[in-house]
Amino acid sequence: MLIRTKSSLDIPSSEITPEAVYHSRRSFMGLGVGIPAGVSLLSPAATVYGQVSAARSATDLNLAGKPRWLEQKLQGEPLVAATGSFLAKESLTPFEDVSTYNNFYEFGTDKTDPSTRAKNFSVDPWSVEVTGECGKRGKIALEDLIKPYALEERVYRLRCVEAWSMVIPWIGVPLGEILKKLEPNADAKFVEFVTLVDPKQFPEQGSRFATIDWPYREGLRLDEAMHPLSILALGLYGDVLPAQNGAPLRLVVPWKYGFKSIKSIVQINFRKDMPRTTWSDLQPSEYGFYANVNPAVDHPRWSQAAERRLPTAGLIPSRVPTLPFNGYADDVAGLYAGMDLRRFY
Amino acid sequence: MVATAKLLKPLVFSLSLLPALWWGWQAYLVAIGDFGRLGPDPAKTLALVSGEWSIRMLVIALAVTPLRFLLNMPALWRLRRMIGLYAFFYTLLHFLIFLLLLLQLNWADLGVEIVERPYITVGFLSFLILLVLAATSFDTAQRHLGRRWKSLHRLVYIAGMLAILHLVWIVRSDFADALLYGALVFVLLAYRVLHAKSSVVRQFSPRWSSFPRKKK
Repeated sequence: MLIRTKSSLDIPSSEITPEAVYHSRRSFMGLGVGIPAGVSLLSPAATVYGQVSAARSATDLNLAGKPRWLEQKLQGEPLVAATGSFLAKESLTPFEDVSTYNNFYEFGTDKTDPSTRAKNFSVDPWSVEVTGECGKRGKIALEDLIKPYALEERVYRLRCVEAWSMVIPWIGVPLGEILKKLEPNADAKFVEFVTLVDPKQFPEQGSRFATIDWPYREGLRLDEAMHPLSILALGLYGDVLPAQNGAPLRLVVPWKYGFKSIKSIVQINFRKDMPRTTWSDLQPSEYGFYANVNPAVDHPRWSQAAERRLPTAGLIPSRVPTLPFNGYADDVAGLYAGMDLRRFY
Repeated sequence: MVATAKLLKPLVFSLSLLPALWWGWQAYLVAIGDFGRLGPDPAKTLALVSGEWSIRMLVIALAVTPLRFLLNMPALWRLRRMIGLYAFFYTLLHFLIFLLLLLQLNWADLGVEIVERPYITVGFLSFLILLVLAATSFDTAQRHLGRRWKSLHRLVYIAGMLAILHLVWIVRSDFADALLYGALVFVLLAYRVLHAKSSVVRQFSPRWSSFPRKKK
């Protein structure tokens, strides 16, 4: 794999602006007094976000309760700090924006629907069904699936197919390590993920106007899934995932458009053939299976050449050029050597 | 009754202005550094709400004539031009937000978007129609154009259909809003088709003239 473990660009995680400081920086910027990004304003901390703390109540996160095992794990074990490609050296999008501006259509199609409609979302107990071409088929409690691994912090850019982007400090486990332990056999070429179906908790799953054929499905080629950048996330900003961000378990694949990063996963299925995926099924000319971030291939309805980095300070969005593979080309371009990325978008 | 009719116009004028004032105030707060009120993507929020109000005003403008007959309230007639101008006003704001905030005055990008993205093409056409109608909405223009004024202003039906198409083409997965406004425009246009054919209406065809008849 092409992951760089050390490079001259590496900045200690303590130098990244934490959320609180970022907020104050925004008010500075509002007055036109910018501070250069990356300037250290706080004493060193263990992680980007600072100390892991149960800062928010379950209610704040729209959860019926936080999984106790996960809270204990967060508080009892040190997080593996992000370095190299695992650490985007950019200003973080504040928690308040990460948790109130969401595309999670199970809750509704407006950006604020997930955070306002998710209430007492039940994530404990939670289990994941493992099926298909692997040795360890069966239902497994989330706790047992995650327990063997150290939680890692990953600060990734998230590029939505709608041409906006954020920078988010996730907490998760490398997907590849989990998949390996499930013993995929020689026929396993793809891995499919399925979201929970529960119209009582997900109002849009009961809507007559939704054109999505629930459950939401996503998939990766096995080598993509095994790549060290791919993680299963359980938290963000030092705490467990809010319901609206895909609690309790979601995929994060930072070089692909956000819709690939499926939320509230209940099934992992190893397959011989390429799985059908929700958006590609809905509109194949607009959304492909690969969905790698690519400024050269426009969405038929809008350009993908640039993105609005959120949050916007003031009224005028900061338009930043979109990078191939969302800036992770050095790490992942090799996965697609020889492929026509215009055809396999 | 006469007093109510006189009050109606300023009342509708003020109500129609409220959304612009409210969102303008929110935009002002964001611009001076009061974050969070329009969410992390304020430009997108403003584009969405201005678009929504454009369609609402257009639907209301199209509803004036049918309502005037159905409710037998000739006083409504006095509101039609004003509401039509409001539809143009919100569409203009929608276009300016797109041009100034989202495209950041990049004219080349505007050209590409209008040519290459069908939903922008139809939205822009709808805007151009409303622009022409707004420019010819005044009494002098009505007098100069005479009979042609009426045919010209029937283009508003096309503008309404294009606006709905624009809305449908933006939908990613949930068609509820597009269906609602689409159904309203369909009903309002169907009403006209049906009544244009009905002999009863033809008998009173002067009422259908968009031009006020001063003398009997």
